[in-house]
Amino acid sequence: MSATAVHSLWTTAAEPISKIPAPKIEYGQLSPTLIVVGAALVGILVEAFVPRKSRYYAQVFVSAVALCAAFAAVVALAADGYGTTKAHIAAMGAIAVDGPSLFLQGTILLAGLLALFTFAERRLDPEAHGNRVDSFAAQAAAVPGSDTEKAAVKAGFTTTEVFPLLLFAVAGMLVFPSANDLLTLFVALEVFSLPLYLMCALARRKRLMSQEAAVKYFLLGAFASAFTLFGIALLYGYAGSVSYATIAQVVDGRVANIDPALANTTGNDALLLIGAAMVVMGLLFKVGAVPFHMWTPDVYQGAPTPVTGFMAAATKVAAFGALLRLLYVVLPGMRWDWRPVMWGVAIITMLGGAIVAITQTDIKRLLAYSSIAHAGFILAGVIATSKDGVSSVLFYLAAYSFVTIGAFAVVTLVRDAGGEATHLSKWAGLGRRSPLVAAVFAVFLLAFAGIPLTSGFAGKFAVFKAAAEGGAAPLVVIGVISSAIAAFFYIRVIVLMFFSEPKPEGPTVAVPSPLTMAAIGVGVAVTLVLGVAPQYFLNLASQAGVFVR
Amino acid sequence: MSFPLLTATAALPAVGAVATAAVPAARRTAAKWLALLVSLATLVLAIVVLVRFDPGGARYQLTESHPWIADFGVRYELGVDGIAVALLALTALLIPFIILAGWHDADPLETGSRRWRPTQGFFALILAVEAMVIISFEATDVFLFYIFFEAMLIPMYFLIGGFGDRAHAQGEEAASTQRSYAAVKFLLYNLVGGLIMLAAVIGLYVVAGNFSLQEIAQARANGSLHMATSTERWLFLGFFFAFAVKAPLWPLHTWLPNAMQESTAPVAVLITAVVDKVGTFAMLRFCLQLFPEASKWATPVILVLALISIIYGALLAVGQRDIKRLVAYASISHFGFIILGIFAMTSQGQSGATLYMVNHGISTAALMLVAGFLISRRGSRLIADYGGVQKVAPVLAGTFLIGGLATLSLPGLAPFVSEFLVLVGTFTRYPAIGIVATFGIVLAALYTLVLYQRTMTGPVKPEVSAMPDLKARELVVVAPLIVLLIFLGVYPKPVTDIVNPAVKQTMSDVHKTDPKPEVEAAK
Repeated sequence: MSATAVHSLWTTAAEPISKIPAPKIEYGQLSPTLIVVGAALVGILVEAFVPRKSRYYAQVFVSAVALCAAFAAVVALAADGYGTTKAHIAAMGAIAVDGPSLFLQGTILLAGLLALFTFAERRLDPEAHGNRVDSFAAQAAAVPGSDTEKAAVKAGFTTTEVFPLLLFAVAGMLVFPSANDLLTLFVALEVFSLPLYLMCALARRKRLMSQEAAVKYFLLGAFASAFTLFGIALLYGYAGSVSYATIAQVVDGRVANIDPALANTTGNDALLLIGAAMVVMGLLFKVGAVPFHMWTPDVYQGAPTPVTGFMAAATKVAAFGALLRLLYVVLPGMRWDWRPVMWGVAIITMLGGAIVAITQTDIKRLLAYSSIAHAGFILAGVIATSKDGVSSVLFYLAAYSFVTIGAFAVVTLVRDAGGEATHLSKWAGLGRRSPLVAAVFAVFLLAFAGIPLTSGFAGKFAVFKAAAEGGAAPLVVIGVISSAIAAFFYIRVIVLMFFSEPKPEGPTVAVPSPLTMAAIGVGVAVTLVLGVAPQYFLNLASQAGVFVR
Repeated sequence: MSFPLLTATAALPAVGAVATAAVPAARRTAAKWLALLVSLATLVLAIVVLVRFDPGGARYQLTESHPWIADFGVRYELGVDGIAVALLALTALLIPFIILAGWHDADPLETGSRRWRPTQGFFALILAVEAMVIISFEATDVFLFYIFFEAMLIPMYFLIGGFGDRAHAQGEEAASTQRSYAAVKFLLYNLVGGLIMLAAVIGLYVVAGNFSLQEIAQARANGSLHMATSTERWLFLGFFFAFAVKAPLWPLHTWLPNAMQESTAPVAVLITAVVDKVGTFAMLRFCLQLFPEASKWATPVILVLALISIIYGALLAVGQRDIKRLVAYASISHFGFIILGIFAMTSQGQSGATLYMVNHGISTAALMLVAGFLISRRGSRLIADYGGVQKVAPVLAGTFLIGGLATLSLPGLAPFVSEFLVLVGTFTRYPAIGIVATFGIVLAALYTLVLYQRTMTGPVKPEVSAMPDLKARELVVVAPLIVLLIFLGVYPKPVTDIVNPAVKQTMSDVHKTDPKPEVEAAK
């Protein structure tokens, strides 16, 4: 390098700082996420500075206030028109503030709030040495069965760290469906996944199973993340940018000023196809679609049930949101490439989930496979590639998440000496022993099965209607057949609860605190309201059905 | 705005169901009386509907229309034509008898949990079924109809699976297993039918853009809504499949014998006399109106299936050893007649079919409820366990005989008129099918008379020698039904007057006229 060249480098570097533009951050529009992240940080400080006795109360208070405030912020933004007319891309192109974002963020925050109630439940587990305990390990670091663990239990420790972890996960989920470039997408993915891996390992009972679930989830999740990241790199090579808008332009053939370093790769379709496939694969892993579903039953079964409920509801909402944005904003130009593949995935997901669920004997595994089948139904709506498709998926996700959290909250109530009695045989005759709990669970099961007058039916109808209008009639027929198969195992549980004789040494139904009752009550109320009078929420979803580009 | 009479007719039993379910566990009798009063009040409302309905007036009367789910193009639209009014009245009429007949069927045997309230549940579920059946008769919006067509499966399922006959030969454990098998079979058959219909409902929306029966039928008639032939046929098949499962038509009938055998007699009546009518009613209202061309296309196959139902059901009824199963197979045979009448596409056939739905409801209720009283006395459903009952319980035997004679369509009793109309209507267009169907009547005589002979005549079996005759409550149930059977057998005009205009309109929907009477040209 010549002396002058070096000199010019030096002078460029020495130019006044003021020429670097300061990033423009719209704090108001990002406030839902910022509030939750801020509260999570406060939660960590609470862990560090607040005495152990009052930590639980401080954490629950901070988390509840933060989730409510963030939800209020979402509502305020939506009322201000950010969901429709004022929708735009904030934070230097990283975050989209538009209808789908706000709708999904609202859903995630409400799901998070209900999940918080089940996390904070302290009346179900018998008191350990005079201390009220929740469903989480006394001391996560203590080896299961060791003396340290016994000491921790005796001392009445509880893992109050779950609350900041929950908030971090919620924060990541808030960003995930609104991410407008691939790197933000990836960061959000990791931000919500890592706390989930951790929370999966924190069960108080059956700790080895819980840790095994966490390891499985972590390994497979890390693998999927790596795929996503590799895909992102390939897409960057293809488009010369990670921004959704730029990639979409390149896909449409409008290549603006090619970076000379990427001249050989820009516009190379092989990179696009492989890259897009890998990113989509990562997202399909998160929604638990077949053939990327292997982790679901093990993790759902092993994780503490409140965490399972949260994961099943909120992760699905966030991941489907991100998938929708990716397919509708970035890749609409290549829908003839991805639609056949997604058809295939939707079909095997619906059928696979429904068929395998029939043989399950554990209620949590059963719900896991049912969640896989539901992922297939939602995919049918995703494939519609229409505005109706988006709004039907939004509605389905909202309806589904409340049913799911409610159903898992009921699972936490049915207990015997070994903790939760999740084996199906133990649920025999529950309807005789506690008619109310069994009736509530039956409502949730009927909603899962899509029986009219429940939210499940309205959601299923919306999704299938969008798919049929999009020309996917065979998909609708297969969806209907899988619904019939799925109905079989939901009904089986109802038969077991109501028509079987109760076993003498069967489980008891614990009386929960108002927290869990609230979570279940809200779940039932939303299930019935969305089933009988869904119009207001359908309007909301259809107003929110347009992505900002 | 006028008083929403149709909504009130459906809402009253629905509210009554909630109220009955909420009665405290100890106040069992209060719950029964509440349910009975609600069902009687519903009957009063149904009579008001009947009076306010003008057979010569507009096709759909007492209409109500409100927006409901605009996103799906769904409106809350109610309206009744003559066919719907007749079936609405039948439903409202039968429910009080069903409740009264099942007065003690759900008394708890053992004390379970403090909050376990089977009695309240039983009567609440019956009222819930009534509400849903009534609203499906009234709905003129396809989606609204579909919702209640499907939703009524759930209370029905709990009625079948949760409550059975007290005494069972193989003990309570086996009884409960068989009951839940029957309930699951019922639910799965109907749910699969319903879900296939769901696909067709969605398809109809994609084609038509809304769910209003009147709008679609009108658009179909004036040609503004064109359906490709194959689309129409697929949609027709989707709808018809669900209704054929519900009706039930051979070979989709196998759930009915199980369900009727395992449930208590009043619930069995509820299934066959009330709920199943929704299937045949929906064929008339939805299949023929929405898909007239496809209905004509499918007619030959459906007629053959109906014919098989008639003969097969009757043959199997002859061979049954279980009283309730026998009645179930007889019902399958009768549903064959109803479907035959609908798809013969003649006005006698369809009038006969509608009349048949009403008469079959009453006659089956009479026969089955008396059979239920008989079974509850002896604790067995097997025909072989009875003999000589008419000597110890003459009133019971007499009412049983009248119910049986009505089932075999004896002239002078109501079902005769309808069966005759169906056969005449079929014969004018399809003579061969009409002739074969007549054998159904012969077989009906065989299975009912043999049933009567084996159970009621002959030497008195020792187990039945102390059998008490009908009690006052049971007489109150049976007597009005028998009076009705005789009255409608002698003077069916009130029903046919209401039904005939609606049938004419349905006939014009499918562009069919009755075949002209032919006279052999004199040589």
